[in-house]
This record gives sequence, C-alpha cells and structure tokens, in this order.
Amino acid sequence: MSECCAPPSFEPPVHAARTAGDFRTIALIGPPNSGKSTLFNRLTGLRQKVANYPGVTVEQRMGRMAGIGRDDLTLIDLPGIYSLDAYSEDARVSIEVLEGHMPGTPKPDAVLLVLDSLHLTRQLMLAAPVLALGLPTMVLLNMSDLMDARGGVVDPLLLAQELSAPVALVSATKGTGLESVQLFLNRHGSSSEQPKLMLPVLGNAMSTHRWAAQVSSRTGYRAPLSAKATQRVDAVLLHPFWGPLSFLVVVFGVFQVVFSVGLPLSNGLQDLLAHAGKWATGFLPAGWIRSLVLDGAWNGVTSVLVFLPQILLLFLFIGILEDTGYLARAALIADRVMRSIGLNGKAFIPLLSAYACAVPAIMATRTIENKRDRLATILVTPFMTCSARLPVYLLFIAAFIPNVAFAGGLIGLKTIVMLGLYVIGFLAALVTARLLKSSILKSSETPFILELPQYRMPTLRSLGLRIIDRGSVFLKQAGTVILCVTLALWVLANLPVHNGQGPELGQSIIGRLGHLIEPAIAPLGFNWKIGIGLLTSVLAREVMVGTMGTLYGADPETQSLSLQTALHHDMTLGGAVALMVFFAFALQCTSTLTMVRRETNSWKWPAVQFAYMLTLAYGAAFITNYLVTAIWG
Amino acid sequence: MRQLSDLEVGDSGVLIALDLPPGVQNHLMYMGFVPDAQVKVLHRAPIGDPTVYSVDGIEIALRRETAKAIRVNNGLLHKTVEINRDVESGSTRAETAHELVEAGR
Repeated sequence: MSECCAPPSFEPPVHAARTAGDFRTIALIGPPNSGKSTLFNRLTGLRQKVANYPGVTVEQRMGRMAGIGRDDLTLIDLPGIYSLDAYSEDARVSIEVLEGHMPGTPKPDAVLLVLDSLHLTRQLMLAAPVLALGLPTMVLLNMSDLMDARGGVVDPLLLAQELSAPVALVSATKGTGLESVQLFLNRHGSSSEQPKLMLPVLGNAMSTHRWAAQVSSRTGYRAPLSAKATQRVDAVLLHPFWGPLSFLVVVFGVFQVVFSVGLPLSNGLQDLLAHAGKWATGFLPAGWIRSLVLDGAWNGVTSVLVFLPQILLLFLFIGILEDTGYLARAALIADRVMRSIGLNGKAFIPLLSAYACAVPAIMATRTIENKRDRLATILVTPFMTCSARLPVYLLFIAAFIPNVAFAGGLIGLKTIVMLGLYVIGFLAALVTARLLKSSILKSSETPFILELPQYRMPTLRSLGLRIIDRGSVFLKQAGTVILCVTLALWVLANLPVHNGQGPELGQSIIGRLGHLIEPAIAPLGFNWKIGIGLLTSVLAREVMVGTMGTLYGADPETQSLSLQTALHHDMTLGGAVALMVFFAFALQCTSTLTMVRRETNSWKWPAVQFAYMLTLAYGAAFITNYLVTAIWG
Repeated sequence: MRQLSDLEVGDSGVLIALDLPPGVQNHLMYMGFVPDAQVKVLHRAPIGDPTVYSVDGIEIALRRETAKAIRVNNGLLHKTVEINRDVESGSTRAETAHELVEAGR
C-alpha cells in the first residue's frame, strides 16, 4: 500500500452566491480525545484531504463541510492540543494557522471549538487562549448524550454568557445538535459584534486553570459520574497476567481471522476475476492483442486484486483497535519493552499502525517529542509487516506451506509461518532501534506522558470511511502502478520479434535481464523470474505478485497452471521461505522512501535505511535458504 | 508530604507541587495536574511501571521517575482540603459528593 497517503484530488471550494454568511474557511480545534475527529468526519463526510503542513510534520486535514450541506466552506482540522503553549510543534502550527501565518493555508474566518462536556473544567483551559484570539468562535460541547445518561449538568446559556460566545450541545457520534453549527455559519461574520471577553493572564497554566474552575462553578457545571466501565475493563486488560495475555490473543486472533475468513473470500474473488477475464477477452481477436490484455494486464492486475479482502480485513481490525482506545493501552504495556531499547511507549503506536502501512505510521511519529527518538522510530518503522507484504506472503505460503493443523485444529502451520514473519520483522525493528539508540541517536530520556481515552464503541461510519479510503488507494495502485509495470513487462517479455514470432521467455529482453542478475540471487534460492520480481517490487512490494502473474502467464509452459502451482514447480521450498524472509526485511517501497526523505529533510537517511535493510534481507535470505534446504530440502 | 510514586493502587492524594522542567510541568498542568487537584492511583502496567493516575476525570499514565517529582498530601488529609475547596468555590464534584455520602455512613 505504498501510495496510501497520496492526497486525493481536492480543489479549493467554489464560492457560490447562494450561500449565506461571509465565512469561507473554518478552523476546528479541540483537546485530544474530545471527539474532534468524529465531528470532523460528520461535518465533511467523504470529502477530505490529508497532507502535511509545509516544513513541519504536523498532519493537515481539510474538507468541505458537505456533511451539513455547506460544501462552499472549507473546514480545517487542527491538531488535538491541550493549550496554545508554544511548547509542542502541534500548538505552534495551530497558532500559525489561526493567525493566518501558515503558508498555503487561508486564515480562518471562524473557529469551532470542540470541548468534551464530560470533563468541561479542564477542557475550558483551552477555551481561554482560543477565545482571546478574537475570531468569531462557537463552542461545541461534545458527548452531550453521555452527559445526560450519567447525570451531569451543564447550562449552555450561562456558559455562553460567561464566554461571550455561542455554545451548543452536540453529539458527534450520534450526529445531534449540528443544526446549530449551520445557524452559526449562516450569519454574517463581522468580528465587531464580538464583545471583548475578560480573560485571565494567558500562558500561565495555574491562572488559566483557576479561571476555568471559576467559570465552571459559576455556570453550575456538575461533572457526570465517571464511567466505571473503562476502569473495570482495564482491571483485566492492564492486569499483570491477563493484560499481556489478552494482548497476544488479540494480535493472534486478528491474523487467524485474516486467514480463515479472508482466504475463502480471496479464492472466490480469484475465480470470479479469472472467469470475467476469459469472458471479456472472448470479444477480442485472437493474437497478440488478446495476449497483451489477458496474459499481460489482466493476469498481473488480478493477481494483486485478489488480496483486497484480506487487506481490508486487516485495516478493519487495526481501525477497531484504534477507535476503541485499545492502542493507548498497548502503548502502556509496551513501554517497558520499548524502554529497554531506548525508546518509550509512544513509539509503539506508530509501530503498530505500520502493520497496515508505513507511510501514515511515519507521519504518526510526530507525537514523539524527542527528535532523536523520533528519527530512530522512523528508521525502524518499515520493518513492521505492512499490508503490502501480505500478498507476497499469502501467495508463497499458499503455494509452499502444507496444510498441517496443531493443537486440535486451532492453529494451522500456515498461520504459524505468517506470525513468524511478523515476529522477525518486529524483532529486526527492536534490535535496530537498540543499536541506533546506543550509538548515533543516543539521547537523554524524555518523560512518558500518555492520556488513556475512555473505551468507546467504534462507529460503523468511521470504520467504513477508513475501509473505503484504504480500499480505493489499493485499487488505484492496482490500476496505475501495477497495470503499467505488467504492461511494460509483457512488452519486454515479447521482444525482440523475429519473423513475426515472439521469442521464448528466456530469450526475451526481460529474460536476458533476469539471467544477467541470476548469479547474484542464486545463492538465495531465487531463479531469474524472481529476480525480475525483486527489481520491479522496488516500486512497491505487491508489484512482486503482479510481476509473477505476468511472467508465468507469458510463459507457454506455465500458462495453463494457476500461479501457485506454477511457482511450486519452479522453486524449492528453501528459495520460497528465503523469499518471504527477504521481503520481511527489505525496504521495497518508493512511497516510504519519499516520506522518510520529507520527514528527515535529506536523502541521507532513506539511502542509509535502504542499504541497511537490503543487506540484512540478503544475508537473512541466504541463511534461510541454506538452513531450510539442509533440514527439509 | 509524599511523592506521587509512593502511593499504592487505590490510594489518592492532593497534589501540592511539581518539580519538573518548565515544558513538561506546564504540559502536565494543562492535563489537570495542578496544585489542589485530587489524584488517584488506578492501575500499574503489567511490569509495574508506568502507572495510570486519574486526575480531573481523565486517566494519564506516567513513569515512576516523573511521578517522583510530584509531591502530594497524604490521602487522609486531602478530604477536608477537598471539601473546603469545594465549599469555597461552590463547585460540587459528583465524586466528592459520593465520598461524603460514604463517609457519612
């Protein structure tokens, strides 16, 4: 999924005359865990764009407010922050955007301030500096539904008087109260009607807290009973024994489901696509055109497409872990381990999300305050088994690993091999981080401060958005990069033409290139076709599978066989396992390399990273081939 | 006067002062670790560190060395302080009200 963070196309809004009010750009701001992202999704729907602010690593999310029928307005989602204190990069970015100093981002005309009504007193500490900016501001008290249910009291009218700003009760998860946002945005925003608010001395946490406590007591705020459910769940999930055990069960369960539910889906899709291809090409004249379309493009693209169900399942599970709030607990459990390698538990969250894709994971490292810790985390992130490796693993496991069940059918050998590949990637990340942190990236420890959000039921809406988003990226990749590579491969596999006859595969341009590099990879148990795959997969890992599909499809000897059978006849077990190990370690992903360059501001780090991982991959594959051949060969 | 790290799971105390570098200290204060705040120890991570504290209705995990730099009042003393403060400022926290009811029984 190397292109998974390419910004979707997004044009600046057209200012239609039909709309009321003179607002154009609205900023959404709020503390972490105030439900800001859910509200952002509610207000914008699918029309959003994710990018980075120039020069910094803070994620910029923008979208048109189509969710409330105002797609002439642009909503900017600012990072979740506790204060406008310039201590963190997130806060500095927020201030620059709000003051209109951020290049490329228009100055917001109005601000929507989201506060979690369950913890209003503390959340009001952010209201002071935001209101002091003097922009037209509406305060949205989120989670009002839970507030009622748990017996809390908040008086929006009194609060509005106290803050001199409109206040509304909303529930982002249920979508209630949003009509008040519409009303606020419809009025004409002249800041002159904003009465000046008497604010405490800003920039001092103590006085801001005192002000917030006074406001909440004057407005008769009563915090709801804290939900004991989270604490009860944590009594198990953070238990010395049950905690780590449930962590392992969760991880293991995810992979077992990806296999047992995803595999039949994939196989069904494969049959369907193969039939569709045969049926459609029946309309084409026999000859080279049909061969190009069916053997070249269709074989290559579909051999990657069939893994869509499994990849979506993986993204679904990671989405559930993130949205429920479990990831923060995982970071807590992992802090001790991460500390032993010189990092802290916060580095664990990007590493976990790298199981889906390294590109957003590298962006997620911005929560790590210490620069050297951050660089170390970025450098080891590509070792985590991302979903682009999944097609390669699944193909080779299905082709080479026998169906053996252990523990009364609970665990299959295929699952064990798969988990093993995930484990070696993780271990490589740990060892590399340890080496980095004890040598070139040594630094003093920074404190570990982590807020644990309340457990929440993930909404179908946000999970759906995630899956549609990732699914479309995967399809786009298959339709562009993989299609181009497979077409180019087919052409190279059919040139040069002698007397109107294409060459044998081994004599074609691609065949000669493959044979040229074969001596270098033969010790790993790879043949020349695999060599071609290694070259093309530098673009993105899943291109490997498309390449195999095209090469074996272009060879008359293997044309009639399924890709799995063709591979099985053409490679040894040692070579196949070595190939998977090679993929576990090598950095074959141009998107990751580009992202690392952007985050580190030089080509030095991605170059070092690529060379290091390639060396490791080569060495490990060599040893694997030798051992597997010696034992089972 | 004790260090926050001395408290056992289930104990609570009232925060007196923080002795941390300014950046970290401000960050913690914005999260609710302000003087007079009531802090309760909720869980310890499986290997005994970090520890999850509840302050101002949210849960925050800190490592031992950070908690060492936070001074708290004894759990017994805090109740009167908390009640006085609540009466003074007029704020009624549901949790404190509950504790009062419990104490009354």
